[in-house]
Amino acid sequence: MSQTADSVVDHIEHEHSHHGPRKGLLRWLLTVNHKDVGTMYMVLALVALLVGGVMALVIRAELFQPGLQLTQPQFFNSLTTMHGLTMIFLAIMPGLTGLANWMVPLQVGADDMYWPRVNNWAFWMLPPAAIMLWIGFFMPQGAPGGGWTLYAPLSSTYAPPSIDWVIMAIHIMGISSILGALNIILTILKMRTKDMRLWDMPLFTWTWLITGFLLLLAMPVLAIAVTMLLTDRHLGTNFFEAAAGGDPVLFQHIFWFFGHPEVYIMILPAFGIVSEIVPAFSRKPLFGRTSMIWAVIAITFLSAIVWAHHMFTVGLPVEAQVLFMYTTMLIAIPTGIKIFNWVATMWRGSMTFEAPMLWALAFIFLFTIGGFSGLMLADVPADYQYHDTYFVVAHLHYVVVTGSLFAIIAGIYYWLPKWTGHMYNSALAKWHFWLSVISVNVTFFPMHFAGLAGMPRRIPDYPLQFMDFNMISTVGSFVFGLSQLLFIWLVIQTIRGGKKVGNRPWDGAKGLEWTLPSPPPYHTFTTPPSRQTVHEEGPHGYH
Amino acid sequence: MWKRLLLALTTLFTAVGAAAQEGASAFNMTRGVTEISRDAFDMHMLLLWICVAIGVVVFGIMTWSLIRHRKSRGAKAAKFSENTAVEIIWTVIPVLILVGVAVPATAVLLKTNAAAPEPDVVVDVHGSQWKWEYVYPEENISFVSNLASASRDASQLNAEDNPADNPNYLLDVDNPLVVPTGKDVRLRITSDDVIHSWWVKELGFKRDAVPGQFNNADIRIDEPGTYRGQCAELCGSGHAYMPVVVEAVTPEAYEEWVAQKQQAAAKAAEQASAPYNFEVAMKQGKNVYESACASCHQTNGKGIEGTFPALEGGKITTGPVEGHMKIVIHGSEKNPVMQAYGDKLSNRELAAVITYERNAWSNDTGDLVTPQAVEAAR
Repeated sequence: MSQTADSVVDHIEHEHSHHGPRKGLLRWLLTVNHKDVGTMYMVLALVALLVGGVMALVIRAELFQPGLQLTQPQFFNSLTTMHGLTMIFLAIMPGLTGLANWMVPLQVGADDMYWPRVNNWAFWMLPPAAIMLWIGFFMPQGAPGGGWTLYAPLSSTYAPPSIDWVIMAIHIMGISSILGALNIILTILKMRTKDMRLWDMPLFTWTWLITGFLLLLAMPVLAIAVTMLLTDRHLGTNFFEAAAGGDPVLFQHIFWFFGHPEVYIMILPAFGIVSEIVPAFSRKPLFGRTSMIWAVIAITFLSAIVWAHHMFTVGLPVEAQVLFMYTTMLIAIPTGIKIFNWVATMWRGSMTFEAPMLWALAFIFLFTIGGFSGLMLADVPADYQYHDTYFVVAHLHYVVVTGSLFAIIAGIYYWLPKWTGHMYNSALAKWHFWLSVISVNVTFFPMHFAGLAGMPRRIPDYPLQFMDFNMISTVGSFVFGLSQLLFIWLVIQTIRGGKKVGNRPWDGAKGLEWTLPSPPPYHTFTTPPSRQTVHEEGPHGYH
Repeated sequence: MWKRLLLALTTLFTAVGAAAQEGASAFNMTRGVTEISRDAFDMHMLLLWICVAIGVVVFGIMTWSLIRHRKSRGAKAAKFSENTAVEIIWTVIPVLILVGVAVPATAVLLKTNAAAPEPDVVVDVHGSQWKWEYVYPEENISFVSNLASASRDASQLNAEDNPADNPNYLLDVDNPLVVPTGKDVRLRITSDDVIHSWWVKELGFKRDAVPGQFNNADIRIDEPGTYRGQCAELCGSGHAYMPVVVEAVTPEAYEEWVAQKQQAAAKAAEQASAPYNFEVAMKQGKNVYESACASCHQTNGKGIEGTFPALEGGKITTGPVEGHMKIVIHGSEKNPVMQAYGDKLSNRELAAVITYERNAWSNDTGDLVTPQAVEAAR
């Protein structure tokens, strides 16, 4: 960075003439380029979304009417288990990591990630892990069916042999996540262009910085939990074997100490994406920027002390239930602040409704509904009724699908023209949006009613009074699933061609990424952006 | 514009309000039949209305902004990005709302968890894959509550019976839990294998059945009636097939039922001490089979393809008797779902059920397994 201007120019020319991407498949196998790695993460996420989505559709098809029509109960349980693991670890998390790989270096003006080769390894661990996760379907006794939460002893001593493969897959995905998190943290802290103050970083980068630390906290705990399952199975450690003095509830404590931060790992970067898009299409600076960042920090802190709200019915002492009810309710405050800030950002803005904004708005509406049901679930006496019913299924899908997934899709619509240099077919994008947003509610809203009426989760067959809700959900889920094919078609179309866009296809968008050509050259910011550029693209550049 | 909005809101409110008053609406939580369930329902409705109110305000402001502040209407973007007063207000108001929720929630929670000083009836509830066992230690009664066969037959893949013909499909059992009305009943809930969860929504709570611990729940039901629920914690492939049915009857009827159960138990004990021969073994074996084995292998012995092996014409049930005794006594090495029944059943019960399995349906080995043989195989 201390090079003179001349040598920088030489350097750039050198890069351009000799260091373009490799040709063919080796480019992808060996690449250490953050954009290539980011692309691969996104492709993997999309593949996993389809695989997990097909599982979901088989589940919904079986639940279309009472009685068993398609699956044996054990296979149904394998589907629900694998659907959860696939969507969390192979669709949502890699989707967000892919966006971070692409955008964090561009947003902080770095020429690549801090450890480019580690970045390559972190990605390439995932495809083998995916195979190990899914291979259970082809093993005797099938894939594990104990739920993605892997509760002992159902997922230890009572599990089929394929659980060992799932545990190893989780270990590999965990290592990949930890390396990815370290890489993102270091890129932000060590490679941020010198004129960008920490507090002036774009919100997407900010949320990922905090998420990085949360991953470092949470993933080792998951590794501990599944290792204990493994040693219970094979080394006779009996951590969770009641008959030998162990305690099955201990597993739940460890698991949810990972599991609750995990849901924030999936939502914080989503907050970041929405915080980029709402100001861009309101043409107005983000309201309460500092409080947004503090809210994320507060949520992160609280996320580590609420885990037992997943366990209100296991027989905890009443004092513990009171404590965890309070900490859980507290999360509503920073979360509320974020939603109010987004609304205040739009207030008296000059709004337009291109695809990224539509998805961000759907996120705000629907994630808030997920937040409402979350607040209701925090209330222990009512939770004794809600717990383990479809009310919870509705809640978690409102926060993960219309929360995390919608934000990822919003982010793709926001940055796709930057990545490809082409504007997508906006009519097709509108179709995709409206079909998705209607069908996702047709799918998940009736689940609230099914749960309140008393339908337990994770059952392949159900009493007659839940039939209407389930039929509606199933119809919605198929429309939602098929609508995503439009999205894939749109992305492929946009990669292959389309109207050329300039550096800044969205006139209200701010950030260093919009100072680069679209698509950006293979190597970017080999010359750091100027102080003035950093200032103009930062939060103080509006005046 | 305002008028239209108002009209839409009134329609919405009256619809939801009507549903709320109905209580037993198919769209909402039940009010139930215990104090706990009524408290849970009230908490639920309080929260629901708070969420609706917040939603109306937040979404209302947002929608207003989406309509008024669009570029196509010529809106020019303001520059502001902070307002300390507003930010303090929207932090303090949620805090107040939360305190307003937390106070009644804590009170209800403490009340719900308070133990009755001296319960009138105690029942130990054992969850196991995939049935509930109810033990009344003071009355010396115990029985297994299995999914009723009508539901079981209709629940098979490609079943001939139509689930829709049974109004209590998947909610009916052979032996319900019977409790007296107006009395404090303490349930001590535990599990013999994996975690289950005992739930009847009309009673207002679910409590996990965890191996190695007893979770107590005190209930007091005022209205006689039959209340139905299901296992709420994923417990394996039969999770959907272990309903909970509670019959609340008057104290007099309850006494009668206890006497009846005790008589039946005495009769069973008599049967169990009758001289052991083939006929007696088959009779006793059938009873044991239906309470311990039928939930997986089915009453007709055909099992469930791909999940539970058929015993009719099965390799083990028609093969060497040693192998058959081994798997029943010690469980399956390959598949933990087939538990070891050596600790759960007596030698004579084991001998009877193995004899039954080897001679029921079209199985026709003619073998009579004796309690002595079982003892030797332990």
